[in-house]
Amino acid sequence: MSVPGHMEFFVDPSRCIGCQSCVQACSECDTHKGQSMIHLEYVERSVSTQTTPVICMHCDSPTCAEVCPADAIKRTADGVVQSARKPRCIACNNCVLACPFGVPKMMVEFDLMMKCDMCYDRTSVGKKPMCASVCPSQALFFGTREQIEQSRPNAAPLNRFQFGNQEITTKVNMMVPATHAARVEHIDVAAALESGPTERRVALSVMDPGQQGVR
Amino acid sequence: MAQAIDNTALLEKFGPHGAFSTGLRLAANVEPDRVVNTHCCFCGQQCGIQLKVKDNEVIGFEPWFDFPFSRGMLCPKGVKRYLQGSHPDRLLHAYQRDPSAPEGFRELGYERAVEQVAGAISRIQREHGPDAFAILTGASLTTEKAYLMGKFARVCLGTANIDYNGRLCMVSAAAGNKKAFGIDRAANPWDDILHADMIWISGANVAECAPITTDYVWRARDLGAKIIVVDPRITPIARTCDLFLPVKPGRDIALFNGILHLMIERDWLDHDFIQNQTVGFDKVAECVNPWTPARTAEVTGIPERLIHQAAEWWGTAKSSFLMHARGIEHHSHGVQNVLGAINIVLASGRIGREGGGYATITGQGNGQGGREHGQKCDQLPGARDISNPEHRDYIAKVWGIKPEEMPGPGVDAYEIIRKIDSGEIRGLLSICFNPKISLPDNNFVARALDKLDFYVAIDFFLNETARHADIVLPGSLHEEDEGVVTQIEGRVIKINKAVECPGEARQDWRIIQDIAAALDRPHGFTFTEPKEIFDELRTASRGGVADYSGITYEKIDNQYGVFWPCPSEDHPGTPRLFEPGSWNPVAKGAGPFYFPDGKARFNVADYTPPAEDVDSEFPIMLTTGRVVSQFLSGTQTRRIGPLVEQFPEPRIEMHPQLAERIGVVDGDWVTTESRRGDCTLQALVVTTIRPDTVFIPYHWPGRKSANQLTISAQDPISKIPEYKVCAVRLRKAERVPDAK
Repeated sequence: MSVPGHMEFFVDPSRCIGCQSCVQACSECDTHKGQSMIHLEYVERSVSTQTTPVICMHCDSPTCAEVCPADAIKRTADGVVQSARKPRCIACNNCVLACPFGVPKMMVEFDLMMKCDMCYDRTSVGKKPMCASVCPSQALFFGTREQIEQSRPNAAPLNRFQFGNQEITTKVNMMVPATHAARVEHIDVAAALESGPTERRVALSVMDPGQQGVR
Repeated sequence: MAQAIDNTALLEKFGPHGAFSTGLRLAANVEPDRVVNTHCCFCGQQCGIQLKVKDNEVIGFEPWFDFPFSRGMLCPKGVKRYLQGSHPDRLLHAYQRDPSAPEGFRELGYERAVEQVAGAISRIQREHGPDAFAILTGASLTTEKAYLMGKFARVCLGTANIDYNGRLCMVSAAAGNKKAFGIDRAANPWDDILHADMIWISGANVAECAPITTDYVWRARDLGAKIIVVDPRITPIARTCDLFLPVKPGRDIALFNGILHLMIERDWLDHDFIQNQTVGFDKVAECVNPWTPARTAEVTGIPERLIHQAAEWWGTAKSSFLMHARGIEHHSHGVQNVLGAINIVLASGRIGREGGGYATITGQGNGQGGREHGQKCDQLPGARDISNPEHRDYIAKVWGIKPEEMPGPGVDAYEIIRKIDSGEIRGLLSICFNPKISLPDNNFVARALDKLDFYVAIDFFLNETARHADIVLPGSLHEEDEGVVTQIEGRVIKINKAVECPGEARQDWRIIQDIAAALDRPHGFTFTEPKEIFDELRTASRGGVADYSGITYEKIDNQYGVFWPCPSEDHPGTPRLFEPGSWNPVAKGAGPFYFPDGKARFNVADYTPPAEDVDSEFPIMLTTGRVVSQFLSGTQTRRIGPLVEQFPEPRIEMHPQLAERIGVVDGDWVTTESRRGDCTLQALVVTTIRPDTVFIPYHWPGRKSANQLTISAQDPISKIPEYKVCAVRLRKAERVPDAK
């Protein structure tokens, strides 16, 4: 059982509507029932409704596994970085601190790190992951590269990320505007963190300065 | 008499408690006894879902990928809907009001409860006349139940006074569509969105209220469509749109008229279509003549250059899809707003084809089907008119009564409340409706309910309104019965039963028939299964505009739903209305629209300000709406733990300019006052809303209820209340309110 190579995961934050369907559905997966492994946050709610879903990016050289002193995190041959193995995990929190994407969660009540395993119970038998199945905006998409190229011609998948001096390639793809993808080799995450959300303000001067009664 | 019971013991017993997964629902790899293909119980989209059932309990779900409309997609409400079953708050017995019981209600045997209901109905109708007993129903009921409720009112009780909660939802769009097209249904299937190069969304928080429609909009965008969103708030669908028009609440018609003005001035018109397929253009042209961009900008609060841009994009588009929802419909001139939207569609000629789409986004689960078959106060099955003698004759024949025995039109849902207040209506039966939360000016609603001589509520949970009841009868959840509903596109689909009713709870249609039997008027109320009701409904709808006669349960299964009209069993259904050359029973071949001449109608729709405009005393506009994790009055969703956690409390959304003026920052407690009530909530300070407008979601009861503030002004035609704009004032709260 493994995830077929032609089925890929694509994340497109420009489609995300922050509905949390993925978060709710994640807790319905059989490998971690009742626990959601997805992070979904507003980037900066005071100025934008923009939200970003964060699932495990399944790195080719996973930092979480590299820093694990107990060798509890395995990457299977199909490229999926598995959740920590219970008998080995010592709940040291190294992976939680080291993951550049901030994915692993320390579940104190179980003394165990848990994270997204791309719904291995589903994807390894040919199904879609729960989050990408239900996602109402298809910001989370699981399918073939041909499907995504055909249906979303204005965006292109990128799977190289720069965090300071660390460059990471991942199994999961991030959709970026096609014009941008043509110019860059990687997504500079540190720079993106500095830039904040793309604002669209209601910048109207509609308040009458002499207005009474607001008290 | 029927004062609300609201004590700790009652809340302890009946909730709302938030349910979470436990037991089998939390266990991994449980093999279900069966998997039932059905639909979500919440909004009008009716996404397909597979419920996993074990030991007569819904233990979870699987996405239903094969259902073509939703292809597995679900919003968070759909994902967690299964938690409404096997719920600790579930009504398992009938209850009777009893002030001596700690909870204020005591259990009562079901048969005894039904006898008491029948006794009270007889007494009230004998003493005060048949219309003194009223019925309030809902658009989450299956169409079979909606049909039966209408028949029960007219045939069994002989009361004119039945109306439904679609009155708060779809009626402005329905009335507007009937005036312009002669038929009330989405003109196009959702796949047509993908063929539009221009998508216009007015007053629709698509991402939160019709979440999976987002994917259709994004797919169209990926294929090159431009998106215009008109809303006082930058909702998630507006965040990345191509043009955002921040309309002042209540001014949509001014915008549509301003757009049409520019279309005429720049000759962005389909003259052939207007000439051959419509009537009434000249009068409308005259009406929009004064709506220059400058005047439009002044009234709508939208900058002039954005109005020019929108008119040019809309006017010159080759293909389009215009959709709207409660944002333009919840107004004292909601029908006018809808007619204004339709006018710009008709002027463009883009209707009745793949690249010409128009629809309202229906809100409730059976918002469409629930408004077609006779639970509206002025309507009979098949979208027939209760005042039309031919329509009365036909339905009377189906029902086996004399036409003169059938009551005439009754009054709308809010007028029923007013008549309760005035003492004209003395008794009430409600099902699938929680007016104490969902009606505007709801402190008045509560006072009116207190005056009822007798009130029976049928529900599966004890909702806030049912706390006023004398008798509560335990009805059925969505997954405990079968029947059809009609979703957002006009596609008739089938709800399938997954589990049996628990305890003494009954399927709602059985309860209604039991009451008919106890009244000793069982004639016409002896159905043994929903399919029999559906077959009678098919006959009753035959020849009407909403013709279901060719639809069968089997056909729905075989083709993933059937779009009405479907006038014969060999008819495939009608996904797209108004196609050139299409036949309908009104035009009889004269043209594609549902009028004798087959032509669509332009309707003059001039601007009128909201019923309650701002003034120096109440200077800020309040608008209300929904959040993605809650549904309507929250009877179900406030009992689903993960959904409660997602958005636990309403907050009042306001712009930093306004927050600064009243001296509050994000998270501060703010008291909002209108002429009708006040409400103290925490501020959510964001630049994504007009500075002259605040927004509060309405799903909560008591001190958190936005409808304490809203106004009960109604559209004169559709009778929809003006939820989307009233005048308020704000101040920093003196103290944090009690947690309760």
